[in-house]
Amino acid sequence: MREPHIVVEDLTMAYGDFVLQRDLTFTIYTGDVFIIMGGSGCGKSTLLKHLIGLNNPAKGSILFNGVDYWRAEPQQREEITRGFGVLYQSGALWSSMTLAENIALPLEEYTDLSPQDIGEIASLKLALVGLKGFEDYYPAQISGGMMKRAGLARAMAMDPEILFFDEPSAGLDPISSRLLDDLILQLRDSLGTTIVVVTHELASIYSIGNNSVFLDATAKTMIASGDPKLLLKECTNNIVHSFLTRGGEFTEKTFESDGC
Amino acid sequence: MGTSLKMQVNESMFSFIRPDKGTLLIVLRGKWRAGERLPPVSEVFRQIEQDPATKNIAFECSGLAVWSSVLITFLINIIDYGQQRDVSVDREGLPPGVQGLLNLAYAVPERAGARREKVRTPILEQIGQEVYAFWQGTQEVFAFIGEATVAFGKLLRGQARFRRRDLFVAMQECGIQALPIVSLISLLVGLILAFVGAIQLSMFGAQIYIANLVGIGVFREMGAIMTGVIMAGRTGAAFAAQLGTMQTNEEIDALKTLGIPPMEFLVLPRMIALAVMMPLLCLYADFMGVLGGLIVGVTVLDLNFTVYYNQTTDAIRLNDMWVGLFMSGVFGILIAVTGCLRGLQCERSASAVGKATTSAVVTGIVSIVIATAIITVLCNILGI
Repeated sequence: MREPHIVVEDLTMAYGDFVLQRDLTFTIYTGDVFIIMGGSGCGKSTLLKHLIGLNNPAKGSILFNGVDYWRAEPQQREEITRGFGVLYQSGALWSSMTLAENIALPLEEYTDLSPQDIGEIASLKLALVGLKGFEDYYPAQISGGMMKRAGLARAMAMDPEILFFDEPSAGLDPISSRLLDDLILQLRDSLGTTIVVVTHELASIYSIGNNSVFLDATAKTMIASGDPKLLLKECTNNIVHSFLTRGGEFTEKTFESDGC
Repeated sequence: MGTSLKMQVNESMFSFIRPDKGTLLIVLRGKWRAGERLPPVSEVFRQIEQDPATKNIAFECSGLAVWSSVLITFLINIIDYGQQRDVSVDREGLPPGVQGLLNLAYAVPERAGARREKVRTPILEQIGQEVYAFWQGTQEVFAFIGEATVAFGKLLRGQARFRRRDLFVAMQECGIQALPIVSLISLLVGLILAFVGAIQLSMFGAQIYIANLVGIGVFREMGAIMTGVIMAGRTGAAFAAQLGTMQTNEEIDALKTLGIPPMEFLVLPRMIALAVMMPLLCLYADFMGVLGGLIVGVTVLDLNFTVYYNQTTDAIRLNDMWVGLFMSGVFGILIAVTGCLRGLQCERSASAVGKATTSAVVTGIVSIVIATAIITVLCNILGI
């Protein structure tokens, strides 16, 4: 019943001669909220860059709906890329454009909608992330949390099949971060989007993730994968366990009693 | 009336059914996504207006194959229209995903005062604002010059805080690394001056005075001006872009909170480096310019090398050279001041860095030309 959406096979990531991670093999299913986790500097963000086609894998393949991204024709690759929406760490909004223009740009480039329709879609996306009425603001005029949400609105502009998030809760207060998590789940439920999140925010990991991969910097490979809640219960690896319990500070009960 | 009345519209994307008097049932079908030919929402409005008894809108979606954002914006238009006319919209018949998104879209009310009205400012107010902005900008420039002078005073007393390494790096960047472009431009300027003069002077058989024209022209004015313009475009822009990006990344805030004044740490080394290196570059440019003139004199005008050399050394007085070098020193300070000032004034965004860089080059070149005019007039009055 679960359809594989993204399949990573035997992936090795390297910068020149320096191998960051090797032998990565995992599957992300349609409608998953997939968490890429691990300590700082283990290559989480690099893995995300490989998934969205910014970095070329040193070895191995990444398949989207069965199509090998790096061995596909340029045109096919572009088509796959158009199905991505990416929320960068600090929003990466284009500073010379208003929020509405930021969202409108991909629509103007890739659809033949009229300017009025594009304006309406831009307003809709801003309304979805709770920024109704901020169409004419420039990124420099809004707060960091709002920039992040506007970045999400832009990522959703083209109704993507897969949404990628790079550290969505970094720099947000706990409540905003919680609201963003809820928003991610609501979008997944309404649109059926597959969601890939790079994060090390434990609360987020437990509340939204239903599948994950754990990268380790010393082993230079993945040392665990699966539902984070199950990993917390079942994983015997010390590094993973200590990460998931914040060095033993949290227990399974902490999160269960929170209702996470 | 009880009987259902079916009205077919041209578009196959939706049709209307009236199951009872007050209700309009909209049947959606087909593919609602960008790229398809989408029906106008005004058709729905027309339906409602036709029958003022309509108090309720409902949807039927069993034939809906694909939907995307365009359907949501279509529905939002209908809901907003309904709210204005007191027509209730029943979302029950819509797919759950659409309902979820609609709930999300209406979850956060518009923040009061967020939307901006486009206000037309009267022309007088615009002029006033421009003048005020100009006055403020001028004040900032003078404040900057004042602060720079204070920092320089601290340097003379040996209290200024900057790393000597930074000074040498800046000197290298605006000295040796600028040599290739300065060589090329000043050699060509010498050539051009000689060619322009050659046509006129050869009419009088006074070709030899090309040496005077090129020598005095280059040493007194052109060498300094050309290096000034090159360095404004090259180094002034680099200063503005670097400091502007530092401002964007909060690096300058980090210096301030550590108690290190950016004026001493960032501006002073750059200013000293340019003020020291500019006269040296200018002297080099002077010789390259004369060489350019010599090439034309010897090859095109068939002048003897020694004769040209002697004529040049006779023509140029030491004062000509000093005037040129003094000017280039002034230019160096002007370029450093404009570059650093625009960089530090930069706002925190990528486009602001672009504006700061442009502004640094424009202000730099304008101030070079104005300074040249003032110095030339002064020299004329003082008879130098």
